[in-house]
Amino acid sequence: MNWLAILAIYRFEMARTKRTIAQSVISPVISTSLYFVVFGAAIGSRIDEVEGIGYGSFIVPGLIMLTVMTQSIANASFGIYFPKFLGTIYELLSAPVSFLEIVIGYVGAAATKSLMIGLIILATAGFFVPLQIAHPVAMLAFLVLTCVSFSLFGFILGIWAGNFEQLQLVPLLVVTPLVFLGGSFYSISMLPPVWQTITLFNPVVYLISGFRWSFFGIGDVGVAVSLGAILAFLTLCMGVVWWIFRTGWRLRS
Amino acid sequence: MAAIISVEGLGKRYAGGVSALEDVCLEIEKGEILALLGPNGAGKTTLISIICGLVTPSAGRVTVGGHDVVTDYREARRLIGLVPQEVALEPFEKVINSVRFSRGVFGRPGDPARIEAVLRQLSLWDKRDAQIMTLSGGMKRRVLIAKALAHDPDILFLDEPTAGVDVELRREMWQMVRELKAAGVTILLTTHYIEEAEAMADRVGVITGGRVLLVEEKNALMRRMGKREMRLELQEPVGELPAALAPYGLECEEDGQVLVYSYDTAAARTGITRLLTDLADTGLVLNDVQTRQSSLEEIFVDLLRENAEA
Repeated sequence: MNWLAILAIYRFEMARTKRTIAQSVISPVISTSLYFVVFGAAIGSRIDEVEGIGYGSFIVPGLIMLTVMTQSIANASFGIYFPKFLGTIYELLSAPVSFLEIVIGYVGAAATKSLMIGLIILATAGFFVPLQIAHPVAMLAFLVLTCVSFSLFGFILGIWAGNFEQLQLVPLLVVTPLVFLGGSFYSISMLPPVWQTITLFNPVVYLISGFRWSFFGIGDVGVAVSLGAILAFLTLCMGVVWWIFRTGWRLRS
Repeated sequence: MAAIISVEGLGKRYAGGVSALEDVCLEIEKGEILALLGPNGAGKTTLISIICGLVTPSAGRVTVGGHDVVTDYREARRLIGLVPQEVALEPFEKVINSVRFSRGVFGRPGDPARIEAVLRQLSLWDKRDAQIMTLSGGMKRRVLIAKALAHDPDILFLDEPTAGVDVELRREMWQMVRELKAAGVTILLTTHYIEEAEAMADRVGVITGGRVLLVEEKNALMRRMGKREMRLELQEPVGELPAALAPYGLECEEDGQVLVYSYDTAAARTGITRLLTDLADTGLVLNDVQTRQSSLEEIFVDLLRENAEA
């Protein structure tokens, strides 16, 4: 294992985060605060408690997941697409590094960044609503697993994308709707029965539900199912990355 | 001398069916400068890209320092520093960070003294904290070279290093390449400037249409390639060449207005002085004199013709 190379990639990517701190960290914090103001204070005050939890507190896990998922994808996809776009990827491809090391470097940096943002949002939420975390270890585990698996997914998108439009396509058209409809702002038990069934086909529901369970001890689906879903997604992404590694798809001609 | 890079029967066919290389065999000796000459699209970059791991070969085998570039890629790539043809750099990054990254990604531990030495060698030390986007084109090329040298490679690949580079920087680069050679670095240089090969190379390889036509010691090749032309523009067109000028094999162009003399720069005597004296004796008056080196493209055409006839 070329650890020095992994470290070099990781540091380089984290330096980019530091350089673009306003865009990387401050903007998600501001947008999340706005969600709290709009959904928590303005609308939330008109909504009763959800499953015994104040609406403002109820949306905290969903909001964190929403941001962490979109940020993981954005960070990792941009991280690997940018060198492709600039042509600087020649250096990585001609270096004595394996594809696995490249993945660990990029995905590690993207996941770290999203984890930081997730934790910052959690702290920010503490200013707006009372917070309780029933299972802190599980909460952290769900958060890390989500950061890693969505960063892997973002990495795949970044390798696949041939231009900036494609880079935005999947996050905008697929991921954002799934995340919004995945129970970030509501419990699926609040939906009509038909929609409850349809929603179960949305994989994001399982992730948000598990994460919410770690806060309040309740979820839309069982926690084992949630854990299984995130592990399945992680395995799928790792499988695709392995295939890319085997074939050199979109990297080596 | 032992071969540090050995290319055997290398072929590359791209997915679209385009054949970029066919049965290329080449040995690069340790410590030499080999210039690979060829027109655009000849396969120079593909060859370099396969050796460096950017492109996977369709056939054949390449070893670097005895290590196969596919099965033992780590050891093979560790030995090589690549300066690509296109200037590809992170625009927002600082020079020194970009060079540090290159050293790290090649698995070398941080060494501030070495990074400083490389940056000083390329006159980049004063610009170390500058964002790359603020540098001039020439400076960016230096950064590319600094990145390639950051991990102390035994072999340096320079892919068209002086394309679009001003004369001063070109000379500086040539000087730097000579210094690297003196330090024991093996250098593979691709270019389509014959002058560049002439200035630096020990041996010259000619590649066209994905095939290596020849690999020859430079001086021997230059003797063959170094033909020049002198164009003599006359004040009055000449109908028939005076007999005194017959030995020079002059060609008449533009209805006798221009006489073209081909000569060999490497020959002991070019015959120019004698020709000009004889020309003055015939009473012909010159308006203008130009000399030009036959272009590499023309030489390739000749080589290809020779190749086809052989």
